[in-house]
Amino acid sequence: MTYDFPDASGYFGRFGGSFVPETLVPVLEQLRTSYAEAWGDKEFRARFRHLLREYVGRPTALTLAERLTAHYGRARIYLKREDLCHTGAHKINNAMGQVLLALRMGKERIIAETGAGQHGVATATACARFGVPCIVYMGEEDMRRQQLNVERMQLLGAEVRPVQSGSRTLKDATNEAIRDWVTHPGDTFYVIGSVVGPHPYPMMVRNFQRVIGEETRAQIEEAEGRLPDYMLACIGGGSNAIGFFHPFLEEETVAMYGLEAAGEGVETSRTAATLTRGAPGVLHGSMSYLLQSGEGQVHLAHSVSAGLDYPGIGPEHSHLFDRGRVDYRAVTDAQAMEGVKLLSATEGIIPALETAHAVAFLEELMPQTEEGELVVLNCSGRGDKDMSTITEWTGREK
Amino acid sequence: MSQTAATDRIARLFEQKGEEPVMSLFLTAGFPRPEHTVELVLGLEEHGADMVELGMPFSDPLADGPSIQYASNTALEQGVTMEDILEMVRGIRARSEMPLVLMGYINPVLRYGVERFCRDAAEAGADGLILPDLPPDEADLLAGHAEAHGLRLIFLVAPNTSDDRMRLIDERSRGFVYCVSVTGVTGAREGEEVARSVQRFIGRVKENITRNPIMIGFGIRSHEDARRVASQARGFIVGSALVDLIREHYPEEGWKDRLFAFVRSLKYGEPTDSNN
Repeated sequence: MTYDFPDASGYFGRFGGSFVPETLVPVLEQLRTSYAEAWGDKEFRARFRHLLREYVGRPTALTLAERLTAHYGRARIYLKREDLCHTGAHKINNAMGQVLLALRMGKERIIAETGAGQHGVATATACARFGVPCIVYMGEEDMRRQQLNVERMQLLGAEVRPVQSGSRTLKDATNEAIRDWVTHPGDTFYVIGSVVGPHPYPMMVRNFQRVIGEETRAQIEEAEGRLPDYMLACIGGGSNAIGFFHPFLEEETVAMYGLEAAGEGVETSRTAATLTRGAPGVLHGSMSYLLQSGEGQVHLAHSVSAGLDYPGIGPEHSHLFDRGRVDYRAVTDAQAMEGVKLLSATEGIIPALETAHAVAFLEELMPQTEEGELVVLNCSGRGDKDMSTITEWTGREK
Repeated sequence: MSQTAATDRIARLFEQKGEEPVMSLFLTAGFPRPEHTVELVLGLEEHGADMVELGMPFSDPLADGPSIQYASNTALEQGVTMEDILEMVRGIRARSEMPLVLMGYINPVLRYGVERFCRDAAEAGADGLILPDLPPDEADLLAGHAEAHGLRLIFLVAPNTSDDRMRLIDERSRGFVYCVSVTGVTGAREGEEVARSVQRFIGRVKENITRNPIMIGFGIRSHEDARRVASQARGFIVGSALVDLIREHYPEEGWKDRLFAFVRSLKYGEPTDSNN
């Protein structure tokens, strides 16, 4: 199977594209050209790799999870440790890439949106590193849930702008960031935090995140002399998952699972399971699966994890879903909490609530695996930021 | 049949108006309440509107500023559906021959079905369609159906649109071209900002857009703004300022009279106490 997406118009099959106000069309054209030039420029690539190595801390480890493996007594489980990246999650790879591109393009002002705050922290970090002004849009509800990250961003010199419209979460923060961008198209660079948005963002963010999968491939081959049998990653917008999966997409022996947030259950209205419950539509500049009403109004998503609490998903995931290349499953809030406990207790790694969705799926996957098989789980981020949510939840259970 | 009527209404308007500027007003369908929309639109016409753009509310109106965002949310909270909007269009069309343009976002249209939408909207009596998040590059999914049913698909140009692209937009647009006078979202701005921005790019617009009449919108809130802008184009579009006025005065007594007085003042520059 050869896999070569997106096409020249930014489409992954029937998904993607560039559904934006006219003001942004020239801005995106400029971005496409600049990105293609930069990505084709050896010096830019070398500078990006250097930053990832010397500042972000790459390559991140591929850790054999011995006690977790023993817990299930089946396939061997490895963890790709994006939680070891500077700032605590994979988001920094992309933020560094985009800020580097913004500097090359001579943009003087960086804006970003954030849900859980990890992307905001990553962007604020990259901006502090290079001395560029940074504005982060964040829903008021998310600011409440992720107070610690708000303080981190402020300490890093970013201005966090509270968003009061709509659900006061990531969806509305994204709307506000786009409004800002439409108003200041000349001097502003919008650092999108996932593989969503208009072309070229889904492709560009994927390429900045591909380092996760490239390292994984080299590391598992070194450790085991072969490719994994199963790969697991959580999906909100889907950037950690696509970066992790992408270098393996043509390997038909590798089974891939994308775990989206079921929230309180896919049968309830309080869910963020876009592929399980959504239908194709247009939000934030691209065609993809979307949680929406029969009238085409966008539904509010719900997940205990602010980073997965988004009604859309990257268009490339919608395409992989249509093709059946990746198996997308939904994991509830309660299951994710069990995942947090399991990984913490067996491996001494407190995962982000996002990552915990992938951990929780092991309950279902592992009994079907066999000894000698290999599972690699992308540990997309660490859980420090979620401690108050976890404590609240544990308190309710008692 | 609708094709001929639709072609005629917008084209005929520009023809009839000659040198006189065309005033197009925007109102969100279902705002402040669904039962007011038909009556309000007819009222706008009576008090000077030459054309009306009826907003189809969407949950995530990312090209709109706070005013129209507020109006959309209010309409949606009251349960306004696409069927309701088409029914409003029928209600207006039964009593008026004024050109009516539907304005909204692509997703509700996709959900309704693009072909079905173009057919039903044209049959209800709509003449044109403006979808700010559907640039010409993505419009193939709808343009053929709009053309087949005589629904005029109107595109926008912005101050940062290149000359080449303006010509492309002129080629693809039917009815008129909507000039966004300043970069940014919808909403009233300081008159000076509008004027400066318009001056800078209107020359290019006139050079490159030759097939369609040019209407200018975004940020216009007074007769002075309108006059300045209209002298450069075939007409002007006002939206947020109307929504703000309704938002400020509804449901106090006389809110509609204030609105209509404001509409007259926009067009004729009459002094009015609602324009403060």
